[in-house]
Amino acid sequence: MAIRQDKVGEMLDKSILKELQTIVGKKHVLTEPEDLVAYSYDGTFAERRPDLVVRPDSTGQVSQVMGVAWREEIPVIPRGMASGLAAASVPLIGGIVLDTCRMNRILEIDERNFTVTTQAGVITQHLADTVSKKGLFYPPDPSSIKQSTLGGNAACNAGGPRCLKYGVTSDYVRGLTVVLADGRILNTGGKAIKNVTGYNLTQLFVGSEGTLGVITELILKLIPLPRVARTAKAVFPKLADASRCVNDILCGGITPATIELMDETAIATIEEAMHLGLPLDVEAILIIEADGMDRESVVREIETIAGICRTTGARDVEVASTEEERARLWSARRAISPSLARRAPNKLGEDISVPRSAIPEAIAAIKEISRQHDIPIAIFGHAGDGNLHPNILFDKRDPVQVGKMKRAAADIFQVSVRLGGTLSGDHGVGSLKLPFVEQDIGPISIDVMSGIKQALDPKNILNPGKVVPGPQGVGGASILG
Amino acid sequence: MDDEQKSAWDGFEGPSQEDVNYCIRCGLCLSVCPTYQESLRETESPRGRVALVAKAIEGELDLTRNFKDHMYRCLACLACNDICPVGITPANLCLEARHAIHQAKPTPLLKPLLFQGLFPRTGLLELVTKPVALYDRTGLRRAANAVRVTKALPSQLRDMERMLPHRLPLRGTRHQLPDVVLAKGERRAHVAYFLGCVQGVMMADGCRATVEVLAENGCDVVIPTQVKCCGMPMVGYGFKDEARKMARHNIDLLLGLNVDAIVTDCATCGSSLKEYPHWLASDSEYAGRAQQFAAKVRDISEFLVEIGIRAPQGKVDSRVTYHDPCHLCRAQGIREQPREMLRAAGVELVEMEGADACCGSAGTQLITHYHTSVGVLERKMDHVAAAEAEMIASGCPGCQMQLGLGVKRRGLKARVVHPSQILAQAYRNGKMDDENQ
Repeated sequence: MAIRQDKVGEMLDKSILKELQTIVGKKHVLTEPEDLVAYSYDGTFAERRPDLVVRPDSTGQVSQVMGVAWREEIPVIPRGMASGLAAASVPLIGGIVLDTCRMNRILEIDERNFTVTTQAGVITQHLADTVSKKGLFYPPDPSSIKQSTLGGNAACNAGGPRCLKYGVTSDYVRGLTVVLADGRILNTGGKAIKNVTGYNLTQLFVGSEGTLGVITELILKLIPLPRVARTAKAVFPKLADASRCVNDILCGGITPATIELMDETAIATIEEAMHLGLPLDVEAILIIEADGMDRESVVREIETIAGICRTTGARDVEVASTEEERARLWSARRAISPSLARRAPNKLGEDISVPRSAIPEAIAAIKEISRQHDIPIAIFGHAGDGNLHPNILFDKRDPVQVGKMKRAAADIFQVSVRLGGTLSGDHGVGSLKLPFVEQDIGPISIDVMSGIKQALDPKNILNPGKVVPGPQGVGGASILG
Repeated sequence: MDDEQKSAWDGFEGPSQEDVNYCIRCGLCLSVCPTYQESLRETESPRGRVALVAKAIEGELDLTRNFKDHMYRCLACLACNDICPVGITPANLCLEARHAIHQAKPTPLLKPLLFQGLFPRTGLLELVTKPVALYDRTGLRRAANAVRVTKALPSQLRDMERMLPHRLPLRGTRHQLPDVVLAKGERRAHVAYFLGCVQGVMMADGCRATVEVLAENGCDVVIPTQVKCCGMPMVGYGFKDEARKMARHNIDLLLGLNVDAIVTDCATCGSSLKEYPHWLASDSEYAGRAQQFAAKVRDISEFLVEIGIRAPQGKVDSRVTYHDPCHLCRAQGIREQPREMLRAAGVELVEMEGADACCGSAGTQLITHYHTSVGVLERKMDHVAAAEAEMIASGCPGCQMQLGLGVKRRGLKARVVHPSQILAQAYRNGKMDDENQ
């Protein structure tokens, strides 16, 4: 299932271009070098210009575009707002970037069935804000909530702080409209809560990173909007105590909405960027949020949590008293990842996921890797669910640092697998983690995945070279390999 | 380095690798960028523009017409500068890239005529606006609208016609204002009023109100008519050296007056005047003086709040909403002070959603990038209309003209004014009450 590489360079063939222009409108096919540069990257350091960019605004248009790509065997790389952290939407072998951002209409909010039907290009924050005005709640909250689309979130099965209590994107996807490689339109799932008719195709496409089909519409589950939230910040001189605290809270039968951890490097960076008055002489800070319908129980819960923090070694515990303070804590948390750039021009943001109980060991091992390879690694992440974000800081112009970064990344992956965890908790494989996938999930999984890919995309035109490690030359697009 | 890898503005002043290197492409800036929201196109986003600048520096993009156009599409609302967690300033990069392009690829004719010929000469500028005043005053405008000639214009021209202010003075404001206005009551400060070009030419009522408000607050006001353009239009169009000339002239003139403060009622002028130290950082003769100068510059609202607003005897009984000019809220961090002026005037202040979102004016975008400008304006007007105010206050002539157009497009009744006008009215109302008693 090799790609017709020869087709890539040729694809500016006038008649094909014209055909695409007829489908989406002339101004929505971009070929100028400036546009190709702008569509050459995502939230990683990977980049490669596509041959052209197509910006459809309906499922029908996507279907027609795929029809042309199928006939001509041209690679198509689906893309939302390109905030991904695995180079999944970077056109590493060129081809057509299929931009879904113009499909930005919320089609229906069903207040009786608690669902929302939306096009794929709607920005997640916009959807969450819109449904919240009706007292409904769409919980998944990736850090990129303001600059990522629901299609992208579903394609990468995005997580976020709140998934400790509420689950990840896939837990909210009830139905999809997907355009297949050959242009056929597949509707799967629906508004019904229970649905076991046939294979669960809906969930097959969630997390497939655009390699199996283009998600164009989604039916998402909503829940009642919690009315009260309280957020606490706990400062721990010792990181091990913070990990113990997380376990004590959860084992005590409490499920806060979020438990977020930042280590000393992350704290120092965020303080430098935002001047929040965070202490610089501690090893860890936890940000914990409790939410619910009723004020009394939420306040009781956050106070119990604060008590556990104190007994497990927190030096200082503060519960945000105003909405403003709470918002500031969260904007600090969201800004950690981008703020790291103040330390080094490039970063490799990993997202290993380990069983909760293994967090202290994982953190200790990563710190050791940082020392061994002599390269800074900041650690933060969703401590409550074991999903950590070790960020390796480097300068891609310096080959020595790049070498260290690659070795450190490989070591971190191994730690995760050794501790019973996995490579990726919420960023996805993209092309970044390709070389490590087999080690994590084994050859049989790879074989099954290849079979699925072959069945749905026999010409290998959909985001080729991503997610499924393939023979060299096809899947060899990784930037870490 | 071989030829291929030379920066597109090699040898000229322009953005450097250091300015773009640390962009991690998180895309957070897309969530606040008005041109992105309008186009949903990465190339019209701050992250996209930073990538373009980076590739020009790396020598991978040429300074084509397209490239240039992308740099000029930025509205310079500065929202991206504010939100970038890394500290990149995409809006500034666009301005600097324009300067670099102007040096590396100078354009003939129109732009030099405007920015080297016209704008530096305020007298000429006033001459140009005279036909506009005549069009309005002679009744030609009313006639044109009555017989619906304007309806036949393409939408862009029609909107430009609608944007023109009413009751323009035939003589420029600078010839009408006295050279000096003396303080009323106890004298608290001696200030110079910086008469901005657009403000002076198009917004005569606003200028008079600002001077009046200063006097009411115990300021001796000197109004030097030889001031030149603050330099922002030149910077906006890449003529940084011309802007520096303006800066030197204004510094010489205004520092020589030995005033306590240099007060402006134009958000854009204020932000430029405060930037003189950056513009002249490598000018050994002027760097220090630029700092002394900038330290004295105040927006009218900023200045009044600093010295304490004298409570007017009267009040303005209106429902007012306030639009934050980009050059005031983000460029100068001034958000509360204009609102305090309005509260002092006794109005009912209603906040609109997204009060600090750009209106799409950005000086000349209605002319250069009509569809984007109007799209951004319409988004703004949704919030303006929802506030159901009788007056829309904003301390920037560009915003005022753009919002005025928005009001007409929507058929709203609201008047667009400078906060000074509302406060001045409160002082006047107090006097009328006195006289009536």
